[in-house]
Amino acid sequence: MPEPARDRPRLAPGVRLHFDKTRGAWVLLGPERVIETEGPASAILQRCDGTRTLAQIVDELAALYTADRADIEDDVRNMLAELVNKRMVV
Amino acid sequence: MSARQEVSPPLGLLAELTHRCPLACPYCSNPLALENRASELDAATWARVFCEAAALGVLQVHLSGGEPASRRDLVEIVAAAREAGLYTNLITSGLGIDAARLARLKESGLDHVQLSLQDVDAETADRIAGYRGAHTRKLAFAGMVVEQQLALTINVVVHRANIRHIAAFVETAAALGAGRVEIAHAQYYGWALRNRKALMPTPAQVAQAMEEIESIRPRYAGRLVIDMVVPDYYARRPKACMGGWARRSLNVTPSGWVLPCHAAESIPGLQFWSVRDRALAEIWRDSPAFQAYRGTDWMREPCRSCDMREIDFGGCRCQALALAGDAAATDPACELSPHHAIMRKLAESDACSADDEYQYRGRSVAEPAIAIPVR
Repeated sequence: MPEPARDRPRLAPGVRLHFDKTRGAWVLLGPERVIETEGPASAILQRCDGTRTLAQIVDELAALYTADRADIEDDVRNMLAELVNKRMVV
Repeated sequence: MSARQEVSPPLGLLAELTHRCPLACPYCSNPLALENRASELDAATWARVFCEAAALGVLQVHLSGGEPASRRDLVEIVAAAREAGLYTNLITSGLGIDAARLARLKESGLDHVQLSLQDVDAETADRIAGYRGAHTRKLAFAGMVVEQQLALTINVVVHRANIRHIAAFVETAAALGAGRVEIAHAQYYGWALRNRKALMPTPAQVAQAMEEIESIRPRYAGRLVIDMVVPDYYARRPKACMGGWARRSLNVTPSGWVLPCHAAESIPGLQFWSVRDRALAEIWRDSPAFQAYRGTDWMREPCRSCDMREIDFGGCRCQALALAGDAAATDPACELSPHHAIMRKLAESDACSADDEYQYRGRSVAEPAIAIPVR
């Protein structure tokens, strides 16, 4: 389970976030993978730079979106756990 | 067929930079008639193709061959792909790339390396590749890729001679530091069709291999992505070959022909267009070869009224041609095809063949591949 104050998530080697002009969307590109990301998901991924902690990412998202911080933290954790499982985020 | 239906943009481009290769794998996906060096596109033309591809909506380019490293201008080609904004994947045997060249490829923006292994055991691996010493060099290359912190996928083509090692392949990929392993059963067109008797595994071997993978999969969760494709000959339903004909990806041959899939030239009567004559967007939209089996209008029964028609798109056209004698037929991998039972029988009978001699890709039958005895 990720540790909010310590973990600094970043995109795995061979994974890039790319703005797809043709489809007008941010996409996560990895080995044989193209994952289309929507608003909040790309906002999270843009912050997975290996310098911000998970807690900082949640803070920044809480400032951007008018949702409960605890809910945002749940969303961020779930999304990142799934992407860690797919080896898109480390 | 309506000539101007709405055509969605492609996601992937397979760029076959050359058909030259030091290896001679008997299941090679290159066509039986290999293109020669003199006919290859130059780096400037590839750069134009990459820009056109990116503008068309392509996100990823797979630089393949043959062996792409056989091209002296590979670094220049990689740089051009990356400058065009494409995710750049190098599909290689590792032969012909030393640490310095790999470093230059990385500096040019290479995103990912996919390395093929023929077996986990050097002697068998070299016999399959038709090249003595290849396996050892591949392992050393994998080490360099990981050392230079490039993302690595290990790719394995599975057939009768190596299927019993399927779990060991996964273990090897993890030990080498790969993030992903791709297990693909041999696809029986072209060279592999010619070698089917020597390559086809038995249904029991396939079932056991699939079980082994599923049982070890949890052990590698979050560490190694395991992608496995079910072999067609023992399937009940076909796979969506290429994600559907002319729907998601395109292939450019070394000399510039644009194909809906790498085996499409095996279908007689298809008219292909070349990047030497036309822009990629026009080819994608209007080329007769792309139009031929795009969408579902071309389908007959049982595909035409099938609920799965927009999921599997009738399977593979090349396989339909090879086994049913008609590229517009339902892929015989589908249990609804009248040729399904014949396909299964062919596979079971080939799997029991005592013939383990390969006809190596690009080498004449009379020419001994390498002096390694056949077991």
